[in-house]
Formats: sequence, C-alpha cells, structure tokens
Amino acid sequence: MAAVTTREAITRPPLSGAVFAVRELRFWLTNYRRTWRGSIYSSLLNPLLFLGAMGLGLGTLVNKNGDAAIGGVKYLVFLAPGLLAATAMTTAVGESTYPVLASVKWLKTYQAASASPLRPADIFHGHMMFVALRLTMNCAIFLAVAAALGAVQSWWAIAALPVAVLTGMAFNTTIEAWAITRNRDTSFAVIFRFGMIPLFLFSGTFFPITQLPAWLRPIAYATPLWHGVALCRALTLGTATLGGALIHVGYLAGLTAIGVVAGNRSYRRRLYV
Amino acid sequence: MIRARGLVKRFGDFTAVDAIDFEVYRGEAFGFLGPNGAGKSSTMRMIGCVSSPSGGELSILGLDPVADGPVIRARLGVVPQEDTLDLELTVRENLLVYGRYFGLSREVIRERTAHLLDFVQLSDRAEDQVEPLSGGMKRRLTIARSLINEPEIMLLDEPTTGLDPQARHAVWDRLFRLKQQGVTLVLTTHYMDEAEQLCDRLVVMDRAKIAAEGSPRELIERYSTPEVLELRFEPDRHQVAAEKLASVLAERREVLADRILLYVTDGDVALAAVRALGLEPLTSLVRRSTLEDVFLRLTGRRLED
Repeated sequence: MAAVTTREAITRPPLSGAVFAVRELRFWLTNYRRTWRGSIYSSLLNPLLFLGAMGLGLGTLVNKNGDAAIGGVKYLVFLAPGLLAATAMTTAVGESTYPVLASVKWLKTYQAASASPLRPADIFHGHMMFVALRLTMNCAIFLAVAAALGAVQSWWAIAALPVAVLTGMAFNTTIEAWAITRNRDTSFAVIFRFGMIPLFLFSGTFFPITQLPAWLRPIAYATPLWHGVALCRALTLGTATLGGALIHVGYLAGLTAIGVVAGNRSYRRRLYV
Repeated sequence: MIRARGLVKRFGDFTAVDAIDFEVYRGEAFGFLGPNGAGKSSTMRMIGCVSSPSGGELSILGLDPVADGPVIRARLGVVPQEDTLDLELTVRENLLVYGRYFGLSREVIRERTAHLLDFVQLSDRAEDQVEPLSGGMKRRLTIARSLINEPEIMLLDEPTTGLDPQARHAVWDRLFRLKQQGVTLVLTTHYMDEAEQLCDRLVVMDRAKIAAEGSPRELIERYSTPEVLELRFEPDRHQVAAEKLASVLAERREVLADRILLYVTDGDVALAAVRALGLEPLTSLVRRSTLEDVFLRLTGRRLED
C-alpha cells in the first residue's frame, strides 16, 4: 500500500493556484456540511428580526414624520439595502476572524494544508472563496426575505447582491490578512466593538449620512460600509447612476485587492517560518 | 533522496541551523538525534518545503524546495510534531479532506482509507470524531493521513513525544513496517531508544550543528566503550567517591548530578576494582553503551534535560 507504486497519480506537473485554492475551498465545504443548517436559520432569522422590528415597527414612527429625508420611500424600503450591506459586513468579519485563528493556532489545519502541495496563498484564496460563497448565500436569503416583506421596489435589487458580496469581500480580505498574524483572539472583540458596531450604526444603514454632524460626514464617506450601503440602496431604489456605481465598486474592489495582496504576504509569513 | 550542503536557517540574529551537511538515501530510516532546540525541527521544516533555507544548498528528490515546493510536497508524507488533525471531523473525513489536498479522487481516497485505517488499527473508529481519541490514536491517525498520497519520503518530527510507552511501541511498530515496505523515513527525536530502534543512520545534532554521523552501532563503537558502569552513592559521599574513582582504570568518567558513569570494556571487572578501593555504592549497574552515552561524550550534556 504505502510504497512507491502508483506514482503517476501524484507527480503530475504543478497545477495552477486556482486548482489548489479550490481544494482548500472543498476543505471548508466539508467542514460546513456539519453546521450549514444552523447557519441557514440565523441567515433567515436575522433579516426577519431586523426588518420586522426596525423596518416595520420603528418604520411606522419614522414615516409619520414624512419621508423626505429618506428619499420619499417607506422606511422599510430605505432600511433593507442598508441592512443588506451591513449583513455582508458582519458575515465577512465573523468568517475572517475566529475561523482563521482556529485554523492557524487552535486546530492547525492550515499547517496541515501547507504540508500538502498547497501554498499559503492557495490556502488564503480557498478560504476567500468559501467566504464569498457564504456571503452570497446570506445576502441572497436576506434579499428574498426583504422582498417577501415588501422592502424591494425594483428588479435592480438583484444587482445589489454582487455589490453586497463585494462589500463583504473588502472586509474579508483586509481583516483576514491581519487575523492570520494574531496569536490570541482578544483583539477580535476590539474589532467588533470599535470597528464593526460603529460602522454598522453610522454608515448610513439606519439613517442618511446627511443627518450626521458635518465634521463626521467625511469619515463616514471614507468607510467601506458606506460605499456598500450607498450602492445597494441606489440599486434597490432604482436611482443608481453609472458614475456613482463606478466610484463605489472601484473603492470596494480596490480595498479587496489591497487585502488580497496583504493576505498573500501575511499568510506566507505565518505559514512558512 | 535528500542532500544538504552547508544548510543554514537563521531567524533574525539567531542561527537555528548552522551550515550542516547530510544525505538521505532511498529506503533508509534517517534520524536527527538531539536535545530540544538543537535545530532538528527547523531542518525538518526546510525539508518539508515550508521554510526557506537562509543559506547553503538543499535538494529533495532532486528538486529545489523553494522553486518546486508543491511538486516535492506532493511526494512527501509529513507527521508534524504537534497534531494538525481537524478535531471536529471524523477519522474518515480527516483522510478525505487531506487526500483532496493532493488532488486524489473520492474513490481512490475511499480505497486507501480502508487500507490505511487497517494499517494503523483504527478501522473501528472510522466514523468517530477525532476529538475524543487518545494521544496514541491521534498520532496513528496522523501517520495514516500522511500516507494518503503514497509518499516516497516520510518526515516525522518527534513522532512519539508525549505518548505513553505502549502507544510509543505501537507507533514504532507501524514505522518499522513502513520501512520494510520501502518508504524512506526521516525522523527527529530526542529519545535515544527511538533512534536506536528505528534509524539505520543518524546524525547527532547539538546547538545547530551536526556533532557526529553514522549508524547507531558505529556511533557507539566510535564514541563510547562496550560497557558502562553506573554507580550511585549517598549524596554526601558522591563528590568524595567521584574523586577516589579517578584511580579506577576507565576510558572515561562522567560525574552527573545523581550518578557516576565509568566507561569501560568490562563492567564487572571495573566494579570489582571500585570495591577494592573500599567504596561501596548504594546501587551499581553494568549496562551496554547507548546513544545517550555518545551524546554525553560529544556534548558534555544529557539528551533529555
């Protein structure tokens, strides 16, 4: 059995990174098979709770004051795309922190993978693919629930799905490039509290940025979540312009690319010591 | 199979591996014996193509580990010092996931899994989660996993560290069988009995350098005497006895904290000579020389300190 008999199968010429990355993706999918049911429930429950409480509950109060400030639509319709982008962010941050530290530190499954033909960048890209898949699932479920609750007005909303996924990837790549360098999970709580929650609250998810004090607005405009929220909202309301869309997509794609470059480097440094 | 010339690994100012030369031939079991921190694991990581050499030459299967890492790793089986199993998956799934990394098809993996679990005596645990398995079982599973790609060379970094004696023997037995099947084994250890049991040839590593090279028997013959007389005295007489023993005819004398070792050709003759001096040890033991004695001779220190 374990001798040198069937060598042809394993001495093929080196394969491209994409093939290796897909192998790592399959590792994550095998793992996900155990937890996918639970994750679907929370993917369904999250939009139901938020859109129900804030969109429908709080929304009736908001709309009593008129809808001029939120673009002349029901609050629910205003809120849904914002929450869609924010959901992408929270999903991405969750997937980019603890699972990464577990893989490199607690279970050392990354070290196991790096003893195989996979290279650190392949391992990184494989996980990115998995996160992209999770984002697509979560955001699609979110959109479906939002549509069922009457929060979607335009068929353009479908275009908001890839935008939301891209928003998530901008967070995923940058945070993952950093998370792989960690040895303890304490700093993750800091990211959640002082990074994710302020972004969640002040990036135009719940109210237009124009409501913020003037000095705060530039900061909000600079955050990735605002770009995601702004474009998702423009698409679901059907008010998107090509120029605006290009700026938002360019910003998010640029940040994603920076994260990929940084992650290629930090994964290599961590796994090839 | 593996050839190193002047191989160096530096971490900042620290030199973990200092210009070592060695060669590993097909089908042999080659060991790196040395205490913790001697540079064994750093050397193993370079052979495993997960750490680039800081200097010197290294070729594995005739290939360059930096340029051809994926190709080389496809032909290696790695058993790391710390288990890297996925504790949340089952025994079978661990092999599946790992086989996939090598691009093997499901059928091939299924077939090999049956053989391999049988080989490491874990067939009845195939569907169990890995988490509750004992340390010895996890180690055997790691060995089975490293064989999924039918490697030509197996790299084992401290394969039995942390295992109880029974589990260690089970692992040794499996490794011995692999050697019989023609797999080249490269292992690191700080257990001299492991090195003696498994290695055809080994290098003794100390402080980033290779202190000696040869088969266990050669090393013992070259650096030690056939027999060793171990003497133990009451703590307050230890030093006095050590001084008096200088007059006993021995090739070498080692005064350890708790024992005195006399390196001689005939232990019983030496013991009689000790008694003739009027010294009565608390305990005395005549034994054959081991790699531990070789290490002590070469470095002045013990292996497992």
